[in-house]
Amino acid sequence: MSAIDDVFRELRAGGRKAFMPFVTAGDPDLEFTALVLVELARRGANLCELGIPYSDPIADGPVIQASYTRALARRVKLAQIFEMVGRERARLPIPIVTMVSYAIALRHGPADYVREAKAAGIAGMIVPDLPADESEQLAGICRGEDFSLVQLVAPTTPRERALRIARTSSGFLYYVSVTGITGERAALPQDLLDNVRWLREQTELPICVGFGISRPEHVRALAPVADGLIVGSAIVRRVAEAATRPRGQVLREVGDYVAELVGALG
Amino acid sequence: MSSTTSHSSATTDVPDAAGRFGAFGGRYVPETLMRALDELVVAYDEAKKDERFAAELDELLRNYVGRPSPLYYAKRLSEQCGGAEIYLKREDLNHTGAHKINNTLGQALLTLRMGKRRVIAETGAGQHGVATATACARFGLTCVVYMGEEDIRRQKLNVFNMRILGAEVRPVTSGSRTLRDAINEAMRDWMASVETTHYILGSVVGPHPFPLIVRDFQSVIGRETVLQCRRQLGRLPNLVVACVGGGSNSAGMFYPFIEHEKVELLGVEAGGRSSQPGDHASPLSFGAPGVLHGSFSYVMQDEDGQTSDVHSISAGLDYPGVGPEHSFWKDSGRVRYTFARDDEALSAFDALARSEGILPALESAHAVAKAIEAARGRPRDEAIVVCLSGRGDKDAYEVARLRGEAIA
Repeated sequence: MSAIDDVFRELRAGGRKAFMPFVTAGDPDLEFTALVLVELARRGANLCELGIPYSDPIADGPVIQASYTRALARRVKLAQIFEMVGRERARLPIPIVTMVSYAIALRHGPADYVREAKAAGIAGMIVPDLPADESEQLAGICRGEDFSLVQLVAPTTPRERALRIARTSSGFLYYVSVTGITGERAALPQDLLDNVRWLREQTELPICVGFGISRPEHVRALAPVADGLIVGSAIVRRVAEAATRPRGQVLREVGDYVAELVGALG
Repeated sequence: MSSTTSHSSATTDVPDAAGRFGAFGGRYVPETLMRALDELVVAYDEAKKDERFAAELDELLRNYVGRPSPLYYAKRLSEQCGGAEIYLKREDLNHTGAHKINNTLGQALLTLRMGKRRVIAETGAGQHGVATATACARFGLTCVVYMGEEDIRRQKLNVFNMRILGAEVRPVTSGSRTLRDAINEAMRDWMASVETTHYILGSVVGPHPFPLIVRDFQSVIGRETVLQCRRQLGRLPNLVVACVGGGSNSAGMFYPFIEHEKVELLGVEAGGRSSQPGDHASPLSFGAPGVLHGSFSYVMQDEDGQTSDVHSISAGLDYPGVGPEHSFWKDSGRVRYTFARDDEALSAFDALARSEGILPALESAHAVAKAIEAARGRPRDEAIVVCLSGRGDKDAYEVARLRGEAIA
């Protein structure tokens, strides 16, 4: 059991849903990322996804790609990211989940990655390019460390396969709302609610929906069927403004935006 | 990943059902793409069992591509080297001027079998883009080609040709603006379009089953070469040489030779300016196993797993990764890999032009360079086959630019 399980148990007991923002580690720099994490928690986020910048993120749209490119241009390293989380741990009352490409975890050594992330106080990982079929070894390592390995289900996933994936996921199950890459969308797919509702009945695991969510009306529509909602690009875009505008102001705007979405969650 | 594995472990019975060539290969892609990959596995399995599929592809290869491509004895080049005889497998004489068409016609037929009407592709030098645009024009499929901005500059002629053929060429401005970024962008398109679109990957890279499918469609090169050597030389060659970027012409040339253990196989990567990181594109010579573009294989990465920038004079070899089967062949010792530097490739480009009246693609010139080197050190009764994977017309502007000559 990781800290993620505790959060969802508590939320479920209170009949509440999770809000999970995504931020890129090191954009515009790690000092600001630390401030953003603390602010997100203060404004009502229940967990936070921390994106580990990667040179070739094929699941990501232009906003997150560009943030990764900026962070890597400043030479942010995995060890520095873990250090930052470890340092801020005491001020961060919510679980942190890293979103990390398998290229990075593998080069680092999957067991070392999990051990070092856990030592920094990170509760789990999402590996967007490691489908359940290839994740057996990493899943074993994570189980041994009580570290969550969150699997993804996509709109293109056949239902039988979705059930298999749900059985291998821990912490929660990440439901990808759209067939496509990350990024804000005006409207979400018609059949999304039905698909999430169906999956919700098949597993005890909390189901969090992400990709394309950015507006209060998205949040209001999805809150009844999901256990949590993930918002990435809309936050990354706002955080990135800290490179050119007063940081205090940007931090406040990010916080206001998150508070608005948390409010819509009900 | 030891390099001490016994020679004989390189089998032709790969990949397995999970797409593994020994330790290499697999499928490291977002869940969104998994169903399409599974469907592609099924469609390809069915196509392989369908005699009509084979007959249709054979007919196209014969009458549309112009196969079999000749195996040509380069007499003057051989005499100038003063050693082994050099033979050229003339993929440059194919329709569209390179080996790439062998794969795109096969995958276009698969696209039709799967009931898809839209095709996307990535391209480096533009040869795969032109070959894809050609196949799409031939079958009336919609075609979008992703190409790095830097490569669009280097390969203007191919960009123009793709547009004439009805394809939309989308410039890629992210990252290094070369082949690697074009693959990223094509994958992102596919993430959103996967239900209606087939991705015609141009090399033996990417997630399973692409390395298998592309190798199989390109193996016509090696199969013909085996037959032509037996007919023209009365035996198999001593050495077969091919260039390796992603590695499709070399995989297609080598695969039918794998079981003929006495035939030496030599893959030539892009050695670029120097052996310093960033100056070359030789992952098999200088890289380490890692994940890139959906597959576990040798790759140029930093200590954090970030893909390194690479360099080659040739846009088609300017790629930090390599197909997983090459990694398998390398570690088993069945294929030896080396590299040719930019200047060696340019010298070979000139040497072949002047001795034989053949302008090779800069990619193929890397293989020619190492074949010349090998021929010099071998007796006259040995035979070397070089895969001349493409013709050099597309490179004329870039070669002129490098020499400071204005021809545009």
